[in-house]
Amino acid sequence: MSVIRTENLTYTYSIGTPFEKTAVNNVNLEIEEGELAGIIGHTGSGKSTLIQHFNGLIKPTSGKIYIDGQDIWGKDVKIRDIRFKVGLVFQYPEYQIFEETVYKDIAFGPKNMGLPEEEIDRRIKEIAELVGLHKENLYKSPFELSGGQKRRVAIAGVMAMEPKVLILDEPTAGLDPKGRDKILGQIKDYHRHKKSTVLLVSHSMEDMAKFADKILVMNKAEVFCYDDTPKVFARSEELEQIGLAVPQITRVFNRLKQSGIDIRTDVYTVEFARKTILEYLEKRGGKNA
Amino acid sequence: MEKNIISAQKVEFHYNNEYDENEAPKPIKQVLKGVSLDIPRGGFTAVLGHNGSGKSTIAKHMNAILLPCGGKVWVDGIDTCDEEMLFDIRSRVGMVFQNPDNQIVATIVEEDVAFALENMGVPPDEMRERVDDALKSVGMYEYREHSPHQLSGGQKQRVAIAGIIAMRPECIVLDEPTAMLDPKGRKEVLKTIRRLNNKFGITIILITHYMEEAALADRIVVMDNGEIIMDGVPRDVFSNVELMKKVGLDVPQVTELMYLLGKSGLPSDTHIIDEDECANALLKLLNE
Amino acid sequence: MLKDITIGQYFPGNSAVHRLDPRFKIIITGVFIGMLFSADGFLGLAVGAVFLLISFLLSQIPLKLMIKSLKPIVPIILFTSVLNIFFLDGVPLLRLGFIKITDEGLRTSAFMIIRIIALIMGSSLLTYTTSPIILTDAIERLLSPLKKIKLPVHELAMMMTIALRFIPTLIEETDKIMSAQKARGADMETGSLVQRAKALTPILIPLFVSAFRRAEELATAMECRCYRGGDGRTRLRQLHSTGADFFALGLSILFLDAVLLLNCLIG
Repeated sequence: MSVIRTENLTYTYSIGTPFEKTAVNNVNLEIEEGELAGIIGHTGSGKSTLIQHFNGLIKPTSGKIYIDGQDIWGKDVKIRDIRFKVGLVFQYPEYQIFEETVYKDIAFGPKNMGLPEEEIDRRIKEIAELVGLHKENLYKSPFELSGGQKRRVAIAGVMAMEPKVLILDEPTAGLDPKGRDKILGQIKDYHRHKKSTVLLVSHSMEDMAKFADKILVMNKAEVFCYDDTPKVFARSEELEQIGLAVPQITRVFNRLKQSGIDIRTDVYTVEFARKTILEYLEKRGGKNA
Repeated sequence: MEKNIISAQKVEFHYNNEYDENEAPKPIKQVLKGVSLDIPRGGFTAVLGHNGSGKSTIAKHMNAILLPCGGKVWVDGIDTCDEEMLFDIRSRVGMVFQNPDNQIVATIVEEDVAFALENMGVPPDEMRERVDDALKSVGMYEYREHSPHQLSGGQKQRVAIAGIIAMRPECIVLDEPTAMLDPKGRKEVLKTIRRLNNKFGITIILITHYMEEAALADRIVVMDNGEIIMDGVPRDVFSNVELMKKVGLDVPQVTELMYLLGKSGLPSDTHIIDEDECANALLKLLNE
Repeated sequence: MLKDITIGQYFPGNSAVHRLDPRFKIIITGVFIGMLFSADGFLGLAVGAVFLLISFLLSQIPLKLMIKSLKPIVPIILFTSVLNIFFLDGVPLLRLGFIKITDEGLRTSAFMIIRIIALIMGSSLLTYTTSPIILTDAIERLLSPLKKIKLPVHELAMMMTIALRFIPTLIEETDKIMSAQKARGADMETGSLVQRAKALTPILIPLFVSAFRRAEELATAMECRCYRGGDGRTRLRQLHSTGADFFALGLSILFLDAVLLLNCLIG
């Protein structure tokens, strides 16, 4: 069963004013349990509005959202319970940290869920290890930590709620390449470890290429496509038409194809590019011999 | 006139002693360990490094926001430690920061661009002209009467740049100006920076950790752990794939591919940094 | 939600009132307030009301907006009228147990209500027709003689400007932090007053931390742009007074004279 399903989901801002704008237009989407998916699109493509629907922070103008088969705006549903099922990490989450110690800050979410102390303690220790926070740091003030560490504390705060779906809005914004790879790696570890659904919003096609099994492309408030990563990158020309930059390496392979070389074009990571070239040479070498 | 607009000689820097819980001084952490760097007039230099490499610290030495603990910094031949000359230094070398929201002072775009000129006591007629020129040079003239919070991130950052341009500085230091912007805003800002360099001959120093941005410069200085570890044209710097990766930086994907192919025993050249060159090299390889 | 709050109620336009020199507008508003407070009777108030009506018609501000500006003072109006109706001695008109309503009470309360309404409408007209930044600017210039007695006029005006500049930014930020804490299950809508006040901690602390960070960065950015206080500063916007400004000022003083004259004649 799909863990998130939307039915003709539409959201319009400031209805009846000159600023009226449809941010999400008639979106029908099914996201399966356990998926590791990326969401990409321009600023204003509706991706941020869409994800805030998934945990009930925004109520749709029309249409329905089902989490685990349950209509979240149905009669007997407490919206707070939905927020525990679908964890949302906002952009620059380090700016929401407020407790005296790292430990207490991570505990905020689980405490709101009403979990017993021992369970909270177990979760914090488990998650801290997953995101590479040392034990001695748990009892420090979060404001003493470096920027990258603070961000990991904030992400851990949502992970410790062990939501069925974890959504992260640009978790790598402003980080250097090392910090970026580290956080993406940790999110991947979490996914592997917890087997939960993870959705990641990003502007970077390169991040997507390294990270996601499936990609949801949003364009002008609508779903452009939602498909396996290689299939999405195989449509690189269409992506460029809607103004999304595909990885440099993908453009090179498109160029090769145009120059008459019979080579695949769904290449989007450097490692895969190397393999493709070597395979091509081997095949051709075989023919020549 | 000095040949170099900025010249740093063996600059050392550390923050003041911090104390731990027992009031004992913590060991001093050297942020800059003797950095020497000359910036000739009219160039476009990128300073590349990961967070904590010291790149922002050296940038803040370039217009006397920070003063060296050891060594010297000269701006247009003026020692930055000379307090009397502070405003001469700051009007020669302007600085743009990461968060556009936190550098805009006024509630109307043109008022903000005028801020530095008002401080410098420029007469109103001349001010009007300089404000308009600055707004035109960053392509924000039509927005002069807007309020900053109606603008996108890229537009706000361009307003911040105009606020510096209005001082007619010789050099602009931009400290990660695109880190908080979306791809569109990033493009706008980079286009503006290049235009200021090409068209108006303003010396640009771009502090960044994005290698795509550094690739636009005519010189890249790589910093790690408070020291300069590489200094050269982008092509040469990026060809050191292993070293770049070791200090936590990226190289263009095409350069990395060339490097990997080389490691697999194929003839390849890691001096390749753009798509065209890569496609041509691969065509040659695959058609042989 | 929070974004819907409109700060500074400026209503852009190009009417005769909009175009007046803001310094004159402030002084004229002062003269108008003088009319209201020197009026002894309803006739004097009527003169002030006529002046208000003329300014209002010239300003092209929608009536709806003027009425909206009265909303926040409804409690004050009710309070003063209750106070005056029930507690002033005079000829009783109505007696209900210990409560009595007198003609004097009724008259005074009507007088007070008209005065308050005119006062609010007049000052709203000033803020509707003058953008906050221009208003701040004008106040700075009007007060500049006070620099001689060491009043930090420039600094106060700068503080106002920065506050105006950062209000939308901080409102947006508050919205964001609230959403983020709600996503972590923060409950701000239910519970006792104490619980709800406590529930604000996760919002206020990040907000303060961010405000401090912004202040620090802003200070550095201002230094980079050669800020050194008010001395030797010039301004982009020059204020020029024209004939219209003097005419408007003269008119308002005539109206004030009329009020004073009426006081003498009737009194």
